[in-house]
Amino acid sequence: MSDHQGTGAPEGVIAPTGMGGAMDLAASEAETLEKTPGGPLGTGPAGKPRSLWSDAWRDLRRNPVFIISALVILFLVFISLWPSAIASGSPLKCNLSKAQEGSQPGAPFGYDGQGCNVYTRTVYGARTSVTVGVLATLGVAILGSILGGFAGFFGGFWDSILSRITDVFFAIPVVLGGLVLLSVVTSNTVWPVIGFMVLLGWPQISRIARGSVITAKQNDYVQAARALGASNSRLLLRHIAPNAVAPVIVVATIALGTYISLEATLSYLGVGLKPPSVSWGIDISAASPYIRNAPHALLWPSGALAVTVLAFIMLGDAVRDALDPKLR
Amino acid sequence: MSDNLTLPAQQGPADVTPAEPLLEVQGLTMHFPIYGGFPIKRKVGAVQAVDGVDLTVGVGESVGLVGESGCGKSTTGRLITRLLEPSAGKITYAGRDITHASRREMAPVRSEIQMIFQDPYSSLNPRQTVGTIIKSPMEVNGIEPEGGREKRVRELLELVGLNPEHYNRFPHEFSGGQRQRIGVARALALNPKLIVADEPVSALDVSIQAQVVNLLKKVQEELGIAFLFIAHDLAVVRHFSQRVAVMYLGKVVEVGDRDAIYNRPRHPYTHALLSAVPEVEMDDDAEPRERIRLSGDVPSPIHPPSGCRFRTRCWKAQDKCATEEPPLLQISGNRAGHLTACHFPEEPTTEARDEDVILDPALQALEGSADQG
Repeated sequence: MSDHQGTGAPEGVIAPTGMGGAMDLAASEAETLEKTPGGPLGTGPAGKPRSLWSDAWRDLRRNPVFIISALVILFLVFISLWPSAIASGSPLKCNLSKAQEGSQPGAPFGYDGQGCNVYTRTVYGARTSVTVGVLATLGVAILGSILGGFAGFFGGFWDSILSRITDVFFAIPVVLGGLVLLSVVTSNTVWPVIGFMVLLGWPQISRIARGSVITAKQNDYVQAARALGASNSRLLLRHIAPNAVAPVIVVATIALGTYISLEATLSYLGVGLKPPSVSWGIDISAASPYIRNAPHALLWPSGALAVTVLAFIMLGDAVRDALDPKLR
Repeated sequence: MSDNLTLPAQQGPADVTPAEPLLEVQGLTMHFPIYGGFPIKRKVGAVQAVDGVDLTVGVGESVGLVGESGCGKSTTGRLITRLLEPSAGKITYAGRDITHASRREMAPVRSEIQMIFQDPYSSLNPRQTVGTIIKSPMEVNGIEPEGGREKRVRELLELVGLNPEHYNRFPHEFSGGQRQRIGVARALALNPKLIVADEPVSALDVSIQAQVVNLLKKVQEELGIAFLFIAHDLAVVRHFSQRVAVMYLGKVVEVGDRDAIYNRPRHPYTHALLSAVPEVEMDDDAEPRERIRLSGDVPSPIHPPSGCRFRTRCWKAQDKCATEEPPLLQISGNRAGHLTACHFPEEPTTEARDEDVILDPALQALEGSADQG
């Protein structure tokens, strides 16, 4: 990535002994700079400034991993918004007489133990997964980065308190916590599941945000702004947040995949969503007793789940590669 | 030559009339507490980074602050710009006590005291354009210059030798020297009266150092800005500063005008520092200069030596040095304004000594056997 570092000004041409008269060399330095439009200094032809974000975007567009995972995710978002566009019929309309039947016209994935169309259920199940994944990630990212960011910025007593609280949350086993907490919930919507994920997920982001704010606030440009008399909110919003947000984005993107699989896990265990809700976890759970007779009923929702989780984790990887300044 | 004295309080300003002092620092102290213990942490000690520094910077004057790494020069600079809260002492700027001023109380002074940082790679926000960076001092302090802020930024860019068209570029598109120029432009944005330059050139390539130093010199002379120039490079300070203070382990050990420090140094530490400066001139007649090699590192500022802090590495140290701390005084043989904190000062010369002073017994033994063999 040498093109990100090059500046092209040949400063090393000055005789090192000459203390006097070096000023005019400054002019020539500036001149040289001017004479290299584009090139290593590389503002685009339109003269648009290049930020680290636009650099990252350029990297991403060239990354096949990003393109593949982004296409998969776009497709998933599309079918969770408009499932009827590619699947006809209702996922809840089942016909027991067709139970465990294999692939046939109108039901390319066959039928499950209850005689429900596996294709339709798999398509409709994407909505649950994407909703839970996106909303849980948003909640975790917002709560975690606010708490962690403030703890890292102000430090001291509240930082210690928050760090001990995150330790406590890290000690709770996720699945066990889910079994205990969600088994008392009667509501059959995605909200208790999302709430549970935010409750147990924020400490992870909080730690990342805290660490990256502490790193960012020690930079001289933050000290420089402080020396100018900038207020804390200005320091946080203008100087620290833009430089501390990248790790949070990366971790959140990767976590999105794990939240989707956690939702499936909880639904499989019977404490997440329950029938008649449509979820890949519920379908996997329902199909697993018939794995010898009707493996297709298990494999299609499992495959959809695996591809979705993989797509989000690959996206997170690609984003990390593009944003990680150490690789630049 | 200005005669701003840095005298202990009891001595008073003596026989010289100080030119208007812009910044006065008295007994400035910064002790960073060390916490330890379990389960309840308590203060177990303190890093005495700065311990009673007296310093004066006159209007438009350039004062150099030199010393080894870890002697507290940068901490002093950050105390003066109030990035750190001093443990003790007094900082007076233009007659106003700013030692413990709050952010609100500092507001009118902030625009007059600016800072240039050592590392041009970390002192510029990588997410902001050059224009935004240089504009931010005006935004923070709510200053609207004539013709608008953008015009002022372009003027500043031109002043520091950059192309005004670089307004919309990002710091990572510039080299170290150019970035430092951006830092200088930011410091100049509010027409400050005092700039604390914390090793502004030590992170730069030697060929670039000259350019930046000359830029700062031009700025200082043309705009009449007072500088506190912190550096460990004696040659750079000599080029830049009218007055020089030498720091060792949190204390000023010698202060005087440029000529006094470089040609008539009295403190053994100053001698040692000057003898370490490599000489370029190869004059056949001139005798080679004395060499003084200091052994080991600076003692820990957590447990500084008693009495004179330099005594553990000093070749003239005697019992008195361990018990009695030498005050910073105009000792006999010094010219006005030249203060030295030493019980047994050296002769005011940098001429050659009969033999090298080697302060490391192991090194001495090694060289002795090499001579014989």
